[in-house]
Amino acid sequence: MTEAPEKYVGGGVPRKEDPALVTGRATWTDNIKLPGMLHASLLRSPFAHAKITSIDVSEAKNRPGVVAAFTGEDLADEWAGIIPCGWQITEDQRTPTHWPLAKDEVNYAGDAVAVVVATDRYTAKDALEFIEVEYEELPAVTDLETVLDEGTPLVHEVYDSNRCYTWTLDVGEVDEAFEKADVVVKERYLQPRLIPNAIEPRAVVAHPDPVNGGFTIYTSTQVPHIAKFVLSGICGVPEQKLRVVAPDVGGGFGSKLNVYAEEALALALARRLDTPIKWVEERSENYLSTTHGRGQIQDIELAATSDGKILGLRADLVADMGAYLQLSGSLIPILGAFMYCGVYDFDAYHFECEGVFTNKTPIDAYRGAGRPEAAYAIERIMDALARRLEMDPAEVRRINFHEPFDEPKTQPAGIQYDSGDYNKTLDRVLELANYEGLREEQRRRRESGDPVQLGIGFSTYTEICGLAPSQVVNALGGGGGGWEAAEVRMLASGKVEVVTGTSPHGQGHVTSWSQIAADALGVDLDDVEVIHGDTAAAPWGRDTYGSRSLAVGGVAVHMAAQKVVEKGKKIAAHMLEAAEGDIEFEGGRFSVAGSPDQNATIQDVAGAAYLASDLPEGMEPLLSEEQIYDPPNFTFPFGAHMCVTEVDTETGFVKIRDYFAVDDCGPVINPTIVDGQVHGGIAQGIAEALYEEAVYDEDGNLVTGSMVDYLVPGAPELPHFTLDRTVTPSPSNVMGVKGIGEAGTIGAPVAVINSVIDALSPFGVTHIDKPASPFNVWSTIQEATGDGAGTRDADLSGRPAQATDNVDEQGGETR
Amino acid sequence: MRRIQMTVDGKAHVAEVEPRLLLIHHLRENLGIGGVHSGCDTTNCGACTVLMDGESVKSCTVLAVQADGHEITTVQGISENGEWHPMQRAFHEAHGLQCGYCTPGMIMASISLLKENPNPSEEEIRENLEGNLCRCTGYENIVKAVRQAAQEMQGSPTAAS
Repeated sequence: MTEAPEKYVGGGVPRKEDPALVTGRATWTDNIKLPGMLHASLLRSPFAHAKITSIDVSEAKNRPGVVAAFTGEDLADEWAGIIPCGWQITEDQRTPTHWPLAKDEVNYAGDAVAVVVATDRYTAKDALEFIEVEYEELPAVTDLETVLDEGTPLVHEVYDSNRCYTWTLDVGEVDEAFEKADVVVKERYLQPRLIPNAIEPRAVVAHPDPVNGGFTIYTSTQVPHIAKFVLSGICGVPEQKLRVVAPDVGGGFGSKLNVYAEEALALALARRLDTPIKWVEERSENYLSTTHGRGQIQDIELAATSDGKILGLRADLVADMGAYLQLSGSLIPILGAFMYCGVYDFDAYHFECEGVFTNKTPIDAYRGAGRPEAAYAIERIMDALARRLEMDPAEVRRINFHEPFDEPKTQPAGIQYDSGDYNKTLDRVLELANYEGLREEQRRRRESGDPVQLGIGFSTYTEICGLAPSQVVNALGGGGGGWEAAEVRMLASGKVEVVTGTSPHGQGHVTSWSQIAADALGVDLDDVEVIHGDTAAAPWGRDTYGSRSLAVGGVAVHMAAQKVVEKGKKIAAHMLEAAEGDIEFEGGRFSVAGSPDQNATIQDVAGAAYLASDLPEGMEPLLSEEQIYDPPNFTFPFGAHMCVTEVDTETGFVKIRDYFAVDDCGPVINPTIVDGQVHGGIAQGIAEALYEEAVYDEDGNLVTGSMVDYLVPGAPELPHFTLDRTVTPSPSNVMGVKGIGEAGTIGAPVAVINSVIDALSPFGVTHIDKPASPFNVWSTIQEATGDGAGTRDADLSGRPAQATDNVDEQGGETR
Repeated sequence: MRRIQMTVDGKAHVAEVEPRLLLIHHLRENLGIGGVHSGCDTTNCGACTVLMDGESVKSCTVLAVQADGHEITTVQGISENGEWHPMQRAFHEAHGLQCGYCTPGMIMASISLLKENPNPSEEEIRENLEGNLCRCTGYENIVKAVRQAAQEMQGSPTAAS
């Protein structure tokens, strides 16, 4: 018998997930090998927009080792439905017909047109060379600036424009706010397309089940439960005949929050050929055919008084959907719509988003999903306001913060934030960074004309997490609930199984959920096993995305465990011949109040419930409880980030000298895991600010089509992070937890860009777009000054003694 | 087809392979070593890093025939008598991994790094791991793990930096 009087929650418990991962014994989808398994390889369109005038797979079919080859037409009768979008944002939202293989027309470079199935992947790929396709090229739509203009070619000829939808939100008297404002700041921000780059590419194995005539789909996904429902709809396999398994999944970041053509194809091919089919994505395919993120133009306008109080905000977006809508494509900018008002207290807000089609890879969730864009817009324009009024950027934020609140508070976008104390995180980050000292150093370096200028950039953000109250999901046109399921089972031996509907892919749910259950039940951490990611073993779930897993799924585990304890009390009372009201439970032991010697362990009680021969009258056997939890509200983590950059004004090289982040995600289950999430989030945010952009040419070719051309930062490109936390519990759930997965990615991009602009402000620079590459920074300086800025023989006396001298080390080293 | 022989994680293997077969696919498909991962196909991400005669190589850019007669070590061959390698332990203890897909390559590259430089600074660790990409950790705890392993492997106390 094991007992664990100490609490696990709040401790940095080493992860249970790690042993398989550090020894190379994990089960990635590509590690699955089944008897008779064949490999599929896809031929993809080299054109962004074209009609398929002819396609012939017969020669490919005749290659040795090739079992089958199909065109879109060949497989047309496999589909019961298109690849769907899960959100109908407006009644007139246009959802283009999207088949797993294109039939008549391709709409982005990478759109798949044919598939070869062969005995191994080399043979399958070789055979693609023998497929003959004739295309009639059509004009490609690639420019967001002109996508809605009269005369711009159409991505989808069935529609009369490239508009997908227009969605608006107006709260308060916006025009009046702008009329009475002392200052109006208007800016335009670009959100480049980003490529998520989970290091494990996607992969799927479809396995016909000879016993029930159904299929098991192993797939590298964040959403096995959603995939089961959606694949059933695309392929016409009854839902009860499908089992979807997400084995070990190597990162997602939103890119695996989808149901893809290749998953439907693998299932259809397994059905057609009656044998297991594997498809594994190459990285170049990943760049073309896995969803991208961001891709917006934002026109932002802020009205304020002369002393810096915000009166109103207007945000007008053009949001790129790409060629088709994937699962949440149309939702992403709307998720951000409720966040443009940030942490600031004012009354008037206008938002309008025009979702548009282009001949590019579909856009969908990428870590933050609409919210980094929103945080970027409000936090940049706050800096612009500070510059206009010659105020300190920390001060202009502070005077506009909501007062601290611990009960839901309606904010300008019309939703209720759960709790917040924004001064607390800002104060702490100022203290951590020695803000005054930094400003003093900055002043010295400016005065001495140092060619390497110091920048200080802020971001005080809040975010919307814990997706989602089902009613809100439905009000936004969502086709599924936002609840989460958990089951806590006490086994006959007193050990514990926790079944969760969340589907981790790096977040450490097995460890964190074990901590939650072990504490609630008073058992040893190692006595708890967490079951997830298999629709046969964890039948109910809404999966992992939107920083929802802890705030919805973890809370469900806690609540199910509480139910187990409540039932356990009834059984213990019966066993101990005491009144239920007299039973106390602590440290895994039920005892009678006032008579601690009269007690039974939870393991004893579980055994009695299993034996079931002597239970209270009418009670069902087993000590096992389920909780389906639908959250009453979202959660709103918040924080204050500060990025300190050294910008070489002669080369444009940006070095992040320090990064400080103070985040508040409520009570923390595992601080080590939470810190890790913040590190990774900030890293992706810095990457967005400085390094990454999916670049297309005017013909719609993805120019940054491999990791050679798209800069995923390595260790030398990223700084050390200095973190701290405050703790403001959420009133939205019984644990007070909020979520942390996306905080870093939401807070960081704008802190970095504000820092770069701050460094360059002596040159009159007030704007730079992401990514702030050396060339971009250098060009910005040239434009602002008309010539070279800074000189090599300048006075360096403004620098602190310990400052790194990146004049010498930069050398164009930007990789 | 070419006949090749190599030692992988201490075991000798003989095989007939196509000359174009990449080492990673030989290891994964022919020898069943699932702890060598493919992430980019362009030698950027390092998820496929293994040791060839003790030196780190990216197995997606080595032909199986080039490994003929050589000794290959993967993450599956570095534990001894059931005891993890200090680098494996350090990655676990320092939380130097999240999804774990880059981890085998990162561990092998880090072992190779410490062989060349047993006591690297944080900056040296970062520079030397530039060929291994991680999308989850921001590298903070990977750097911490390598420092911890370095200290442990030198026999000094294992305090992380």
